[in-house]
Amino acid sequence: MTSLAALIRRDIKIALRVGGGALIGVLFFLTVVVLMPFAVGPDLALLARLGPAILWLGALLASLLTLDRLFMADHEDGSLDLIVMSRTPLELACAAKALAHWLAAGLPLIIATPVLGLLLNLDAASTSAVALTLLAGTPALTFTGMIGAALAVTLHRGGLLLAVLVLPLSIPVLIFGVAASQAAISGPLSFGAPFSILCALSLVSFVIGPLAAAASLRHGLD
Amino acid sequence: MAWIDYRFDADQLSLRRNETKQAALPAATAAIITDAMTLIDLANPTRFLTLTSRLLPWLAALTAILLLIGLYQSAVAPDDYQQGATVKIMFIHVPNAWLSMFVWGVMSLAALGTLVWRHPLADVAAKAAAPIGAAFTFLALVTGSLWGRPMWGTYWEWDARLTSVLILFLMYLGLIALWRAVEDPSRAARAAAILTLVGAINLPIIKFSVDWWNTLHQPASVMRLGGPTLDRAFLVPLLVMAVAFSLLFVTLHLAAMRNEILRRRVRALQMMQARQRPA
Repeated sequence: MTSLAALIRRDIKIALRVGGGALIGVLFFLTVVVLMPFAVGPDLALLARLGPAILWLGALLASLLTLDRLFMADHEDGSLDLIVMSRTPLELACAAKALAHWLAAGLPLIIATPVLGLLLNLDAASTSAVALTLLAGTPALTFTGMIGAALAVTLHRGGLLLAVLVLPLSIPVLIFGVAASQAAISGPLSFGAPFSILCALSLVSFVIGPLAAAASLRHGLD
Repeated sequence: MAWIDYRFDADQLSLRRNETKQAALPAATAAIITDAMTLIDLANPTRFLTLTSRLLPWLAALTAILLLIGLYQSAVAPDDYQQGATVKIMFIHVPNAWLSMFVWGVMSLAALGTLVWRHPLADVAAKAAAPIGAAFTFLALVTGSLWGRPMWGTYWEWDARLTSVLILFLMYLGLIALWRAVEDPSRAARAAAILTLVGAINLPIIKFSVDWWNTLHQPASVMRLGGPTLDRAFLVPLLVMAVAFSLLFVTLHLAAMRNEILRRRVRALQMMQARQRPA
């Protein structure tokens, strides 16, 4: 347990101190959201209607942006081999790494959401609904994305391959995240059903993500 | 030269794995392992090659005959009272759509073979199936689109089924990209196997969420043919075509596996030749 805690602490420290890992994601998120009005026009009513979708897309892309460093940096300096060979189960170590990555890269996105909501003309209730769905949904993005990151590190390829592998898997999260936000803002449907499914998706990814990533690391690294 | 023969006969697909295995074990143990190989001979690449070379002509002929029968029956099938002659697209479209999912199932089984038994033939099966599955999915999309134009008035509709088949197509392409990204085939096989299994778990989830999404956005349902309500005049050609397309897949898959095995042998020979050439 202490080794996992140490791993989480180390990963968060590295993410916060080196290269602005957490802030670069937020900056990217901000840039995507700022670009949207230029694409669809400065119509505040339209932006408010598209708001949840824009925020969700921005968060999805921003979490993807930092994901390929999840294992790559450890692989480059050799600490990934130590993690694989250590007595701690690799699945737990993967889960700890993903949790640390989410704390360092996912949580800042959610904290930034209220500010970005203002830019998109969302009122307080809508913004909090989107932030709540992001809180429930972004762990699923990180944990499924981790599978792609583990595959990419064993193949020594990152970047676009990761996006191609991960984006189709994140479609359900996007669907239910946006559906829950829309339901809370305007929709005829209740907020509870899509939100519960979103939480379920996150819980399923907590199981599948570490298992698949650990299998991939074990089979892939020589 | 005996070790070269052994490699070529039994398990030459995974050169590196054999090298480590043989180096680590004493000679007697290695001999026992070689004897045990005879038990799983049926799955060895050389046996596979001889078996398929005998089987393939028959399979191809059977496929061609069934396809001809199915196409003839589809051609003479009566027009639908609502859809007219366009209903005949169904006889091509439905088998393709069915196979697009079936091929992923075959790849998942092969992926289990790769991860559990580390069998090189399973690697080959998975690799050979991916482009064929992508082709069937693409054909399902194209024929569906051509069918949709006269029926729905548009080539593309964000209908739940179409959307999930499109995502399936994207996942096939991602898998092929993964295969292409790595030079070492056995390493690529293990990565692809994991992605295939993750996809097998995720595909039902994606299908379900797309269904939800579609009912949320488009309450108006598109007209569809229910399976059991299908008339006999349509059902019989459809089944014949489904069997014919499945056989087509088996034939193409076996042929592609043969090609892949031979391609790897050529590569191994080239590597060996390069190693033996004086510097």
